[in-house]
Amino acid sequence: MICKKIVPWLAVLLLLVSCDSGEKGSTQSQSGSQKAISIKGSDTMVHLTSSWAELYMGQHPDAQISVTGGGSGTGIAALLNGTTDICASSRELQGKEKELAVQKKIDLVEHAVARDGLAIIVNPANPVEELSMEQLRKIFTGEYTNWQEMGGPDLPVIVLSRESSSGTFVFFQEHVLNKADYTPRARLLAGTSALVQSVASDKGAITYVGLAFALEAKATVKMVGVKSAEDTAAVLPSDETVRAGHYPVARPLYLYTNGTSSPEAKAFVDFCLSEEGQKIVTETGYISVK
Amino acid sequence: MWKDKAMRLLMLSAASTSIFLVVLIFIFLVKEAAPFALKPGLDALFDRQWIPVSFVQERYGILPLITGSALVTGLSMLFTIPLSVLGAIYIAEIASPVEREILKPFIELLASIPSVVLGFFGLVVLAPLIKTFFGLGTGLSALTGALLLTLMAIPTVISLSEDAIMSVPHAYKDASRALGASDLQTIFQVIIPAALPGIIAAIMLGTGRVIGETMAVLMVTGNSALMTWSPLAPVRTMTATIAAEMGEVSFGSLHYQALFWIGLVLLAVTFLLNIIAQRVLVRYGMMK
Repeated sequence: MICKKIVPWLAVLLLLVSCDSGEKGSTQSQSGSQKAISIKGSDTMVHLTSSWAELYMGQHPDAQISVTGGGSGTGIAALLNGTTDICASSRELQGKEKELAVQKKIDLVEHAVARDGLAIIVNPANPVEELSMEQLRKIFTGEYTNWQEMGGPDLPVIVLSRESSSGTFVFFQEHVLNKADYTPRARLLAGTSALVQSVASDKGAITYVGLAFALEAKATVKMVGVKSAEDTAAVLPSDETVRAGHYPVARPLYLYTNGTSSPEAKAFVDFCLSEEGQKIVTETGYISVK
Repeated sequence: MWKDKAMRLLMLSAASTSIFLVVLIFIFLVKEAAPFALKPGLDALFDRQWIPVSFVQERYGILPLITGSALVTGLSMLFTIPLSVLGAIYIAEIASPVEREILKPFIELLASIPSVVLGFFGLVVLAPLIKTFFGLGTGLSALTGALLLTLMAIPTVISLSEDAIMSVPHAYKDASRALGASDLQTIFQVIIPAALPGIIAAIMLGTGRVIGETMAVLMVTGNSALMTWSPLAPVRTMTATIAAEMGEVSFGSLHYQALFWIGLVLLAVTFLLNIIAQRVLVRYGMMK
């Protein structure tokens, strides 16, 4: 009796095991194939990296590059888990990730390949033209809840933010909120286009997006100038102000490789840093590093 | 006959695969979630704040996520139940065959709209409507999510309730009529009470569907982890939290384990709803 009952289970188990080993075999053969490079990470950088990849593949017909987004954290995790060759990240590695890399004996190499300014955007109907870093901090930590407190109309502030998986979320938290937590009332939206869409339709809304996205959406949202301190002049984000370091909410964008990355991956990073690669940076709305 | 035996074995294993998988999934969830119970301890899950990414202090309280899911689900069922039950009564008892031929395919069509498409509709059409109607700053709220979920739950609840109403023996209706009861009296005092277990089961299964729904709520509820019962406040549901954050966590971290706890809670809730539905059906002899 018992035997009868166990046999089918064994059969299923066998089936599963065989499936499993089959899958492993296929991924091995995939990673063994020569010139395929996978780039994973920052959603902000997807447009940039895929433009690079297109041009690179045009010049090297035998190269294969796949680009996926998912957020900087996703990319870094993928690099640490060995499921991607290059990670695109809009923030530096955090302490925990560095520890994990040391634990896993992975030698991560950082390449700053472009710069990006984060534009602060509000609804065009909002008369507020400039905000200081201090005011931004108070808005996003929930201390300010009405636009009156910043010289605006009597209108509740609606704080919108990216999800916590986004590198932009962490960068903004570190550099603007001084590492404080976002207000729990902040609405977290899944992507930049959802943010722009909401700011365009909600009068009291405020959020941060990459400069390239803000410029693209110029017709529907308004950028505000940012003052580094109360007594300095407000600076609007632009190529010049970001490169010159005048605009305070700016950040470098990185590609990470690991020490054992394939020569193909290294060649691609070199290409991104070349004059040609940096031209694409400018064309896609970011700021070149050179 | 070895052929018979072999065939029997093959089919038995095919039939047991799903049970086997459910058990595997459950074991996997428990295995990934378990370390959390040892290190920060389970009381960390009962924190009132969910702040998984922080430079100050990460907090993994799943209470706001549970209330978020409960609020959205409760509101959605508030709309779904009357709409679906009345609709099912109409289709099963009152509608002419032609009306039925028109209504049924459309309701089934509703079930086949991908939830991400509904979410998009919610974001672009429904949210602005709710914003203007209630004079809010933004339409990203629990109510918007609940309305979208209602659209998703209606097909499930309507077709299951309709089956329940249809399966009430014809003799009941004839007897009621013979006693001189009107159509309305027959429906509400004979047919509905007789079909009630089936309707309750339908509602339970609909609730299960609503709690588990992810994409549409992720897009329109605003995703703020607030503990609130206000329908106009933004809420963060359990499913949306897993979907938004699972991609980012590094494997084995506390955050990762906390997400698996959310998964376990979700599984437990849907499991419970399904059991209740089955029990109700078995108890009233509507299912063997």
